[in-house]
Amino acid sequence: MADPQPITVPARPGRFIGQSAAASQKLIHVDRLSLSYGQNQALKEISFNIHERVVTAFIGPSGCGKSTLLRCFNRMNDLIDNVRIDGAVHIAGQDINSPEVDVIELRRRVGMVFQKSNPFPKSIFENVAYGLRLQGVQRLSDLQAAVEQSLRRAALWDEVKDRLATSGLGLSGGQQQRLCIARAIAIKPEILLMDEPASALDPIATARIEELILDLKKEFTIVIVTHNMQQAARISDQTAFFYLGQLIEYGSTGKIFTSPSHKRTEDYVTGRFG
Amino acid sequence: MAKTTPANRSVGWIGLKRGHRANPIEWCLERLIFLVSLTAILMILLIFLFIGREALPVALGRVNTALVQKTIPVSDLDKLSESQLSDYLGLTHDQFASMDRDTLRTLMELKAESVHEGSSNQDAALNTASWSCLVRPHQWSGYPRPEFIWQPVGEIPKYNLVPLIIGSLKVSVVALVFSVPLALAAAIYVAQMARPRIREVAKPVIELLAGIPSVVLGFFALIVMASALHGLFGYPSRLNALVAGLALGVSVIPVVFSIAEDALTSVPRSYVQAALALGASRWKAAWQVVLPAALPGVFAAVALGFGRAIGETMIVLMASGNASIVSWNFLDSTRTITATIAAELGEVVFSSPHYRILFLIGVLLFIVTFLTNLVADLVMHRLKSELEGKR
Amino acid sequence: MTSPHSSDSRARFRAARFDWASFAGEATTALAALLIIAILLIILGDIILHGLPNLSWRFVSTGTGSDMFDVRQTGILPMVLGTTARVIIMTILVLPAGVATAIYLTEYARLNSPFTRVIRGAVNNLAGVPSIVFGLFGAGFFVRFVGRGLDAALSPHQALTVWGQPALLWASATLAVMTLPVVIVTTEESLRAIPQGLREASLALGASKLETVFKIVLPQAVPGILTGAILAVSRAAGEVAPILFTGAAYYMADLPHSLHDQFMDLGYHVFILSTQAPNIDQTRPLLYTTVLVLLVLTFALNIVAIFVRAAVRRRLRLLQ
Repeated sequence: MADPQPITVPARPGRFIGQSAAASQKLIHVDRLSLSYGQNQALKEISFNIHERVVTAFIGPSGCGKSTLLRCFNRMNDLIDNVRIDGAVHIAGQDINSPEVDVIELRRRVGMVFQKSNPFPKSIFENVAYGLRLQGVQRLSDLQAAVEQSLRRAALWDEVKDRLATSGLGLSGGQQQRLCIARAIAIKPEILLMDEPASALDPIATARIEELILDLKKEFTIVIVTHNMQQAARISDQTAFFYLGQLIEYGSTGKIFTSPSHKRTEDYVTGRFG
Repeated sequence: MAKTTPANRSVGWIGLKRGHRANPIEWCLERLIFLVSLTAILMILLIFLFIGREALPVALGRVNTALVQKTIPVSDLDKLSESQLSDYLGLTHDQFASMDRDTLRTLMELKAESVHEGSSNQDAALNTASWSCLVRPHQWSGYPRPEFIWQPVGEIPKYNLVPLIIGSLKVSVVALVFSVPLALAAAIYVAQMARPRIREVAKPVIELLAGIPSVVLGFFALIVMASALHGLFGYPSRLNALVAGLALGVSVIPVVFSIAEDALTSVPRSYVQAALALGASRWKAAWQVVLPAALPGVFAAVALGFGRAIGETMIVLMASGNASIVSWNFLDSTRTITATIAAELGEVVFSSPHYRILFLIGVLLFIVTFLTNLVADLVMHRLKSELEGKR
Repeated sequence: MTSPHSSDSRARFRAARFDWASFAGEATTALAALLIIAILLIILGDIILHGLPNLSWRFVSTGTGSDMFDVRQTGILPMVLGTTARVIIMTILVLPAGVATAIYLTEYARLNSPFTRVIRGAVNNLAGVPSIVFGLFGAGFFVRFVGRGLDAALSPHQALTVWGQPALLWASATLAVMTLPVVIVTTEESLRAIPQGLREASLALGASKLETVFKIVLPQAVPGILTGAILAVSRAAGEVAPILFTGAAYYMADLPHSLHDQFMDLGYHVFILSTQAPNIDQTRPLLYTTVLVLLVLTFALNIVAIFVRAAVRRRLRLLQ
């Protein structure tokens, strides 16, 4: 498998190599990654690969490090003091922690949706347009087209098309989360990280988000952290099971849930603990 | 392939983490923000510096107000060093530098003349700006006993600080005795015992007291309170430590109240609920459980109230009578440090001993309030750590 | 039909004897609160009672006229304008410094580093400095040092004293230093109240920290900053000690034309009238009305600040 071109640091983002829908090339390569906050070691020697255009789920009991690992992929852990990282995370062949990488550029291409929806206290339109404006898109017609496209993609357009100027905070919980997804995909990232996106939502809203994810995976590579095993089983192609900071098992979802190799995995997916 | 890369790369300045290349405008703006945030530190240092600089010569004993000093003959002008000559003539470095030799000569002649004129007085040879005259009683000529006297205007200026210090303390004591119990009791009521709806009204109203400017309180004390109390009790001086102290107390009440109320409210509700669940009344819970837990905050409130009382100017300037005498009688007219500075600074000659001594008492005041604040801060810091379970 | 045990069960929960201590405690503390409120009402009431009759639009909008002590002829417009001018200039000086410091402390500084603690210590101490010490500082630093320096720099050959004397600019600068802690503390409070999630969302979309601060955080914090500014203004409007030697004058024939002029001031006027007027009975009505105007000014600002703060808190709770 040839190494894809490394990410360079110019102003305009380039596409990652590998466009065919069926291509399962490794996009994220985690190589003996360890992370500690002060005295606690949150991640211990994690190594695995995430492939393009699949939904990969991270599961495991709370505190096992799955959110921390997710935040490594867009370097949101940089915001915390006293974080120490050993090992490497390569995205499209480049070590994202190396000094040449512009973290702003990284975050434009690796988007994130958070557990608690956090729309800006601005209008719906401005929420979605925020990332685009950051990138320098000024013309109103361009913005309007892009906003409409994102909202459609996030299955929110029909519900809000008449009130784009109203505040994003006026939407229901599920709608707010879809707004956050629309905001994240508006800048066309290649990878979308989702940290328990539906955990604060009721079952109907959750179902809609799950439908959305299945649709989005045609275009984006999605990594989703979830504590809901059934959700992982429903929507993901690959699953990684973590326990106390270590990667216990990683493989196709079907295999993990029906015939896991490790006993601890089996205990977790059958509900014996967690 | 794996190497150790610390995640928090500090690119450059203290505390400004970035990890990416910022465009130059952003870089400049962030530096600017950092520099501007040094203003507070800069100001405190400047205050120390500029007030201290004026007071330093007195503090070091280099100011000599004696009328009869060993006069240096004018012919010795050239034999003196610059510092000796400027001390003798009472000049600052800048003033000295701006004068030419003839001017200095004239000044020396004037000094020699003035010295001879004043030598009839017994105290003429005394340096009234020396530390022993500033703090210890002195037997002045014309007085039966050694006295502490602050009387800067006169043939022999007297600069004893004791009447002023006592004046400040008297007025502050009255203020604290009046305001602290009142404010604390009200704080306990509002924080622990009032119903929420009463609390919502009472708290802002009491804190509204803080919005009354001190000059208005001084006015009220001078025009209304003084006459009222005088008519009621009939003591000799209409304006005295009591009147000023009461008005001062009114201005201290909101300070003590706010901080004490905050401290009492920060006590975890679980303590109160535990006490109530065991059958204590609201009062008992407040008095026996909450108050002891909030004691550091209450102490800090009183300390800050004291700092406020001692540093207050307008009220005492207008209502305390301004007689700088030493007396422990609260019904006597009195003068505080702050009122002295306010009343006399407008009329002193720049760089004269009187001017410098006024700055000296300003320094004294600053140090006292600085220490009070420091103590209150440390106590509050300890309180916070205790509440968070760090100790 | 009542249960057979009803009278017993009621008796079981009644106290054995009356709890005097608790009653006394509650009564005393409630009385204390009431007494404080009563004091406030007495002072306000007295001033309103005696000041209101002579208050008129003419009083507030005309100059001092021929007889400065006659409340029916004179006006306090110069004092109102002087106070307003110094307060506005103070705000212009203090807001950028205060907001920048608060932004640094909240967004950039590392928590608990010794350097951060020094800044906070300085802010706390600045808050506790007595107002007369600020007056001394203003006279010694702004008037004498900066003012003289400015004069020397601007007119090196002529030795003019334009800036090296009490002036509007120096009084405003002194007040700016005095109210700096208020602005810093309120701004910090409003910055911290903004949920961290908003910042994270912005950063995750590829914004830099500065962009996040200016586009997301600051706009949310504006009402809080406003509160701080209003509080600072309300406090500064009533202060007299810092301006005694840095710019206030008892009588000026004209309004101040420029930053190096002296100015008349409401609080200072009250002070001088109270202590140095020849006939106190004659000036009493004038005093009361002037005090009333000053009080209305500071109180109105205070109340506005309280409302703005409450509205801010309500809006932020919506965000959570």
